[in-house]
Order: sequence, then structure tokens, then C-alpha cells
Amino acid sequence: MKVVVCVKQIPDPNTPGQLDPSTHYLKRDGVEVVLDPGDEFGVEAGLQLVEKHGGEVTVVSMGPERGLDAVRKALAMGAHKGVLITDDQLRGSDALTTARVLAAAIGREGFDVVIAATESTDGYTGVVPQAIAELLDVPAVTFATSLEYDGSLLHVRRQTEAGHDLVEAPLPAVVSVTAGVNEPRYPSLKGIMGAKTKPMDRFNLVDLGLEGAGAASAGETIVAVAAAPQRAAGEIVKDEGDAAKRIADFLAAKKVI
Amino acid sequence: MTATRPARQRVALDVDDLYGIDELLTPDERLVRNTVRAFLGDRALPAIAEHFEQGTFPRELVGGLAELGLLGMHLHGYGCAGASAVAYGVACEELEACDSGLRSFVSVQGSLAMSAIHFFGSEAQKERFLPELAAGRAIGCFALTEPDAGSDPAVMRTRARRDDGDWVINGTKMWITNGSIADVAVVWAATDEGIRAFLVERSARDFSTRDIHDKLSLRASVTSELAFDSVRVSDEARLPEATSLGAALACLNEARYGIAWGAMGAARSCFDTALAYSRERHAFGKPIAAFQMTQQKLVDMATAIVQGRLMAHRLGTLKDAGGLHPVQVSVAKRANVRAALDVARTSRTILGANGLTLQYPVSRHMANLETVLTYEGTEEVHTLIVGRALTGLDAFS
Repeated sequence: MKVVVCVKQIPDPNTPGQLDPSTHYLKRDGVEVVLDPGDEFGVEAGLQLVEKHGGEVTVVSMGPERGLDAVRKALAMGAHKGVLITDDQLRGSDALTTARVLAAAIGREGFDVVIAATESTDGYTGVVPQAIAELLDVPAVTFATSLEYDGSLLHVRRQTEAGHDLVEAPLPAVVSVTAGVNEPRYPSLKGIMGAKTKPMDRFNLVDLGLEGAGAASAGETIVAVAAAPQRAAGEIVKDEGDAAKRIADFLAAKKVI
Repeated sequence: MTATRPARQRVALDVDDLYGIDELLTPDERLVRNTVRAFLGDRALPAIAEHFEQGTFPRELVGGLAELGLLGMHLHGYGCAGASAVAYGVACEELEACDSGLRSFVSVQGSLAMSAIHFFGSEAQKERFLPELAAGRAIGCFALTEPDAGSDPAVMRTRARRDDGDWVINGTKMWITNGSIADVAVVWAATDEGIRAFLVERSARDFSTRDIHDKLSLRASVTSELAFDSVRVSDEARLPEATSLGAALACLNEARYGIAWGAMGAARSCFDTALAYSRERHAFGKPIAAFQMTQQKLVDMATAIVQGRLMAHRLGTLKDAGGLHPVQVSVAKRANVRAALDVARTSRTILGANGLTLQYPVSRHMANLETVLTYEGTEEVHTLIVGRALTGLDAFS
């Protein structure tokens, strides 16, 4: 089984991110960058699939040269091969451009399953996995909270607002996984030390036949940013003998229960 | 000739890493650091104060530490990771930022018990014990210190005598980390032929242990007394290459190396706590961080940590280059533990009474560092080692 996992290097979510006031892009220089914690679930899901069914996990990342650290961490966790797409023209790419680039690299690599996080922890657009599936012309199964392969079909428990769906898909397919789909392993020392001997491909847009895919061709422009609105203060229910009923009434009015 | 003046650059300052020490680390070493920090943050930190209070060792962490490859990580072969000295140091710093007891466990397992077997054991001993110890399936301890022989181990009373091809060991060892939980003890004993080391397994007859519970330091670590009442072991249990006290000191040097890094982890934990607290705690209408005396404390501590971390890193690069002298280890162990203890005490003053509770890590580190100050060579002994090197005059006797 050939599994491709999409990963992204992002500014450490533990430190508050800052936007560049002129471009509205997230500032990525001079901040600690890490493998997106959401992507660790994808890497783990890929590793579990190949541990059970054989095959290899390739991690694919688009980003500046520093993105190598994210790929290297995935390799240290146990992935077999890394692909980094780096090109100055990609600075400021939107989600669709990102999907085009990743799909081109994934198509070139070949795959049975593509795994990605449902969304990145910095941009949160949440559309890249579906766009990759469309571009590769394969099914997209999103919001997976578990995935199993029975030798012919992928069985996915798909989180919905109301509960979950059980979805089956033939391979090849793209799956987006939620945080909590598994417990990502820590990279071991041997994994860390062995990562640099694993194969690592680097491509630019010319290599992928995708010149001109950067901000200039991006289909979206960030015109303005605004601070998130302050959340209104909640209502405190003081118990005067009827608190349980009042809370239940409140929840019923909101159609929660 | 005039030097060209470099263009003025605006350089961003990372207040969490004032001297850019992270940049001295390779990407691998940074990943080791981040991994150990994440593991301990998830698995160890939430419960460590409770273990300290209850006086229990978090044994549930041993499997995870082994899976990460931290046990004997600097050794090569036999299931060990073969990491660089700097990577080992970075791991020690993270372990001790959590608790000195955890770093002590890893130090004793890897740098003392496993190093002793790796350096001085027979091929059969290495093959039998090292993979088990590296995988955390077995725990090791290192029995050198005695009730009446600490800084001067040459006067040890534990004796091993040859008897019909075997050895019979009599004596008592004291302050042995991991003692009662160890599956194998590296026991140093005087013989008619000089000081030798023996691998005594937990199952050996007439070998018993007793834990020391009434200690106010390293409470999340097991400290034991070991008693040998005519314990018989075969000659195969002797470490064949350990033929003098120098062998024991070589192992201690490995552990002291890790302490030079580890102490800075404890210091960092205290400093980070004190800095955060000083910004939030108000007195006389402003955060106490706004007072000059608090700032002086913070600046002194931050500087001491920069100095200690730089010293530890230089020690690591020397070790990786193969050129580490024991005196250099003494310089760093002595300086960094003293600095860390000072940082812990100063941090405590910033936290006031809160600093005395287990709600914050500061007093826990402070109490732990009292042990670290005197074990693996007391501050005084390291002073005499360095003093002797500088002056050429031996002040030991």
C-alpha cells in the first residue's frame, strides 16, 4: 500500500501568531516553526495502515526550505520518504494553489491513500484535502475519526454535526483525519538519527510543470483582517432550587437537548 | 588597513533564548529536545509533583523513556541509540526541567549501570544485559557509595573474596539510586587484587535492599541501602575490564556530564516560573516584575542560565570531539549545579510563600538540587579536583 501524507510546517501554535500588516500573511520569519500538530495524526494514521498492510508512507510538504524540519519529524516518526516542494513563487499561495501543487507532487509519486489533516492549525481554510481529491479525481472522505482498510475498501467513521457516518471508499482515495483519530507516536532517538538517511526529494514548480502558480495566480486576495469579536459573557445560573430546570429549559430552547 | 563596518542590522531578540543557544543545536538535536519535552509534558509533568509529595518513583514512565531511546542513548550497539553527547545533554536538560529524580533515573541507568557494563563488561555480559536495560525491561543501579565511604571511595569496606572459583561479597552500600527496583546492581568491592566490580542480580541469595524514605530531596526517585551478607556470585559476574577504582570514576564522569546539562534544565524551570509569576503578581499597584530588585534577580538568573547552558554545550562538543578531560567535567558540574541552586533559591524569593508549595516547581527543584550538589562528587571534591589541576598541588590529603 502506498500512502502519501500531506504535512505542513507552521509557526509554533503555542506562541501567538502575528500577521504582516501589509500582506496580511502570517509572519513566519523569526518564529519557532513546528510540524503542524494536526498533521501528526495523519502521519500516525499512515504509519498504522502500512504497519498492518505493508507498503510505505511518503510525506509531502509545500513550503520554504525550513519546511524540511516538518518532513524530517515525520520521517523520524517512521515515514519512509519525504518530498518537499519549494519555490519562491509559492509565497502567498492560496488553498487552491496549494492543492494544485500538492496534487501534482502526489500524482507524480503515485498513491493508494492520501491522508491529510482536516485543516491546518495556522490557515484553517479546511479545503485543501477535498481540492486534492478533486484534482486527482478520486473520492474524498473527510473528517475521519477512525479508518480501517479491509483489503478492498477503506472504512471510515466520519464525524458529522449530528454524530457520525460510516463511509466506505474504494482505493485510491483521499482521507482527511481529525485530531484524536489516534495517538501519534513520539519520534524515537533511532528514528530521529535514521531520518537523514531516508530518501528526500525536492521539487520546484518547473519540476512539477506548474510554473506561475504563486500569489500572482492565486484566486483569492486577503483584503482585510479584523480581530475576532469578543465573546459575550455567559449567563450564570444561581441555584435557588430550580437551577437544573432552568439549565434544561435553556438547553432545550437552544435545541441542544 | 581599516575594517569595513558591517551594515547596521536590526536583529530580533528572542527573550526565551537570549544568546541563540538553540542555533548551536543541529536539527536532530532540536528534535530530540522537542520530543523529550513533549513526552514529559504529556506524561510526566502532570503527575510529578504528586509523586514527589508521595515519595514515589513514576515507574510507569520507564517504558516510554525506553521507547524514546533515552536509556543508554549515548552508547553504541546492543540496542542503544548511539546518539551524540550533545543530544544526550539536551535530553538530560529536559528531564531535569521536569524533575531531577527523572534525570537521576536515566543517568544511573544509562551513564552508570549501562556504561559500566559497556566499558568494562565481557561480550556475554553486554549481550545479556544491555539490550534489556536499553529497552527498560530491566533496571540497573550502581553501588559504590557506602555509609562511611562517600567522597573517599577507596576506603570502602565492602569486600569480595575468592572462594572455590566464585566470589563471596560482604558489605553495605548506601544512597543507591534505583537500588530496590534494580534487576541488576553494579557492585564495587575491595578484593585482595584491588577494587573490582560485580553484577549482582536481584535474585541473588543473601542480597537485600531497604529504601530510604525520610529524605526531603529527590522524592520522586528510589534511594536505597543495599546489604550483601555473604552473597555468592560466579567469576562470570565480575566485570573483567574493571581493574581499579578508576573504572568507577570513569562511569561517574559520564553521569556528571549529564548533570552539567540537567542542572540548567531545573534552573530554567525555576526561572520561567519566577518570570511568569513576577509579571502577574501585583504589589503596591504594579506587577512585582516592575520593581528594580525583582528585575535584578531576573537578569542575574537569566545570565547565569545563559552561562551554564553555553558551558554545558561546549562540554558536549568537546565530548563529541573525543577530547573531554575529567577536570572539564568537574568545572561544569560544580559551576552549573551551584548556579542552578542559586537560581532556584532566588526564584523562590520572587514567588514568596507560594514558592514553597508543590503548586509551583521551584521548591521541588530547590530540594532536589541539594542532592545534586553533593552526589556524583560533592561541590568540595570538584573544587579540589579543579584546584589540583590549576595549582599542581594536591589538597585531598
